[in-house]
Amino acid sequence: MTLTREKRLWMYQKMLEIRNFELEVDRLFKANMIWGTCHLSVGQEASAVGSIAALEERDMITSTHRGHGHCIAKGGRLPQMFAELLGKETGYCRGRGGSMHIADLELGNLGANGIVGAGIPIATGAALASKLKKDGKVTLCFFGDGATSQGAFHEAVNLASVMKLPVVYVCENNLYGMSVPFRKASAVENAADRAKAYNIPGIVVDGNDVEAIYEVVKEAVERARRGEGPSLIEAKTYRWLGHSKSDPRVYRTREEEEEWKQRCPIKRYRQQLISEGVDEEDLEKIEKDVEKAIQEALEFAQNSPEPKVEEIMDGVYA
Amino acid sequence: MAEKLYIEALREGLREEMIRDENVFIIGEDVGLYGGAFGVTKGLFEEFGENRIIDTPISEAAIAGAAVGAALCGMRPVAEIMFFDFFTIAMDQLVNQGAKNRYMFGGKAKVPMVIRGPMGCGTGAAAQHSQSFPSVLAHFPGLKLVMPATPYDVKGLIKSAIRDDNPVVFAEHKLLYWTKGEVPEGDYTVPIGKADVKRQGKDITIVAGSIMVPRSLEAAQKLEEEGIDVEVMDIRSLKPLDLQTVVSSVKKTGRVLIVEDDPISYGWGAEVAAGIVGSEAFDYLDAPVKRLAGLDIPIPYNPNLEKHAVPQVPNIIDAVKEVLR
Repeated sequence: MTLTREKRLWMYQKMLEIRNFELEVDRLFKANMIWGTCHLSVGQEASAVGSIAALEERDMITSTHRGHGHCIAKGGRLPQMFAELLGKETGYCRGRGGSMHIADLELGNLGANGIVGAGIPIATGAALASKLKKDGKVTLCFFGDGATSQGAFHEAVNLASVMKLPVVYVCENNLYGMSVPFRKASAVENAADRAKAYNIPGIVVDGNDVEAIYEVVKEAVERARRGEGPSLIEAKTYRWLGHSKSDPRVYRTREEEEEWKQRCPIKRYRQQLISEGVDEEDLEKIEKDVEKAIQEALEFAQNSPEPKVEEIMDGVYA
Repeated sequence: MAEKLYIEALREGLREEMIRDENVFIIGEDVGLYGGAFGVTKGLFEEFGENRIIDTPISEAAIAGAAVGAALCGMRPVAEIMFFDFFTIAMDQLVNQGAKNRYMFGGKAKVPMVIRGPMGCGTGAAAQHSQSFPSVLAHFPGLKLVMPATPYDVKGLIKSAIRDDNPVVFAEHKLLYWTKGEVPEGDYTVPIGKADVKRQGKDITIVAGSIMVPRSLEAAQKLEEEGIDVEVMDIRSLKPLDLQTVVSSVKKTGRVLIVEDDPISYGWGAEVAAGIVGSEAFDYLDAPVKRLAGLDIPIPYNPNLEKHAVPQVPNIIDAVKEVLR
């Protein structure tokens, strides 16, 4: 592996940003400061960061309803994210989208998505555009285990395979589609097993090991960029919190949750970095900087104006 | 000016846009070598090759979704859905994705795509290959919808649709493919969102769309022999809807009949009727606004039943006389 120190620290920082951002969002939610609903990926940070670390800056992603991590890892700006969740004019979507619709096209983030699996055809289309334009970009498509039961998954992955499109499908299997366990929703043990049906590589990886994810995604991205078509990678992970707000989590045990928390991807990476010679002080500095950035971003959002009702019609049509 | 078939004019428009802009490509089922189920794309595969005339698996959701994704990345896809009925299989990508992306992303994304397909009955294809439901799609904010009725309009509107930065639903009627009309050579456009008076008249306004335009024109010709002077307005676009042109015509004639191919309930004619009675044209009405549309049934197979499912020329003639009575 050829991960530079800089890249490794970047991965640590991004995972921390995601964790702290979402814990802050959870607090805001509980304080009734966030309207609607949102889905947190606490515990799943490694798959977002490890996957995106394997991309070049020009590459693109599509994200999911649980998409804060993907956005942050792709370089999304924390102030605009907080502002969007607070429904402010300065938010990514001018307060029109909320948590499930954050996109940053300039950064190559083609958007989170409120419809399970619906980003898969869109990512496929983005990859088709790259093939036609010969722009050398790869699109990385995130989705959850639940999405693999959607018709859109089958249609799009099959299309991408027959057309050899430059796309990498990353299934973040957090073991539950809302409340239904994956083993009850899928006839095959691993989501990656479905790759056989499309004659593409299907790889299962430890979703809480950021460097392991980086490694397999990197290979898939290179394959895609060479014009050899898509891959399906399944990152096995776990969401620590409920599906959305007001989820009493009756479908799983507190022991199971505790067991997964022991495998925290961030704590684990911190230990790994220290054991491999990274100065702990450097990590502490990152931790402080991230905390500060989160607070500043939140302050920006809180001090931002509400969208104007007179502008409610803006942006329906180009 | 040369006379051309509707299907030829449509193909010519597609071809000229593909020559003009290399970002335009066609994607759909059997659009390649086969030339499309109705032959719209015939010859384009040979001219532009498999990278720009893309045959897909039978996957309408993936076709629509791939168009949305490619459009978000700056391409101008034209997706063909083999039958209008199959739009239902592509609905999530069209309605929840393409139509909503721009607004829900805060006005930032552009989705310049066209999704086109043949609607309508009259070929004995029965319920799942015959329905016209442009009104359904016109209901969704973020989409535009046009349904050209003549060879001239289909060429001009396909160009406008391809050049538009929004998702445009392009509703063709399969019986129109083999109708003839004058089509200029070379480049011209017809604006989206403009109704068009296809025949001037002073006694009554017929507002029609798609296949009902030629049927209304035929009815008008027959009524002329009886001394009734009918104005025929082609609504042409359902979204945006050009109420102003309709209102002007109704102010002139004082009477209006709306003729649709869709099932009558919740059809676009109700939208037009509400627009007329809610406008200054209300004071000019000499008779109640009348609607003539398809029955509220799935299209039946038997040819005689099928014919009775949607308005035909004699029905239009009768309805005009009823309004004038």
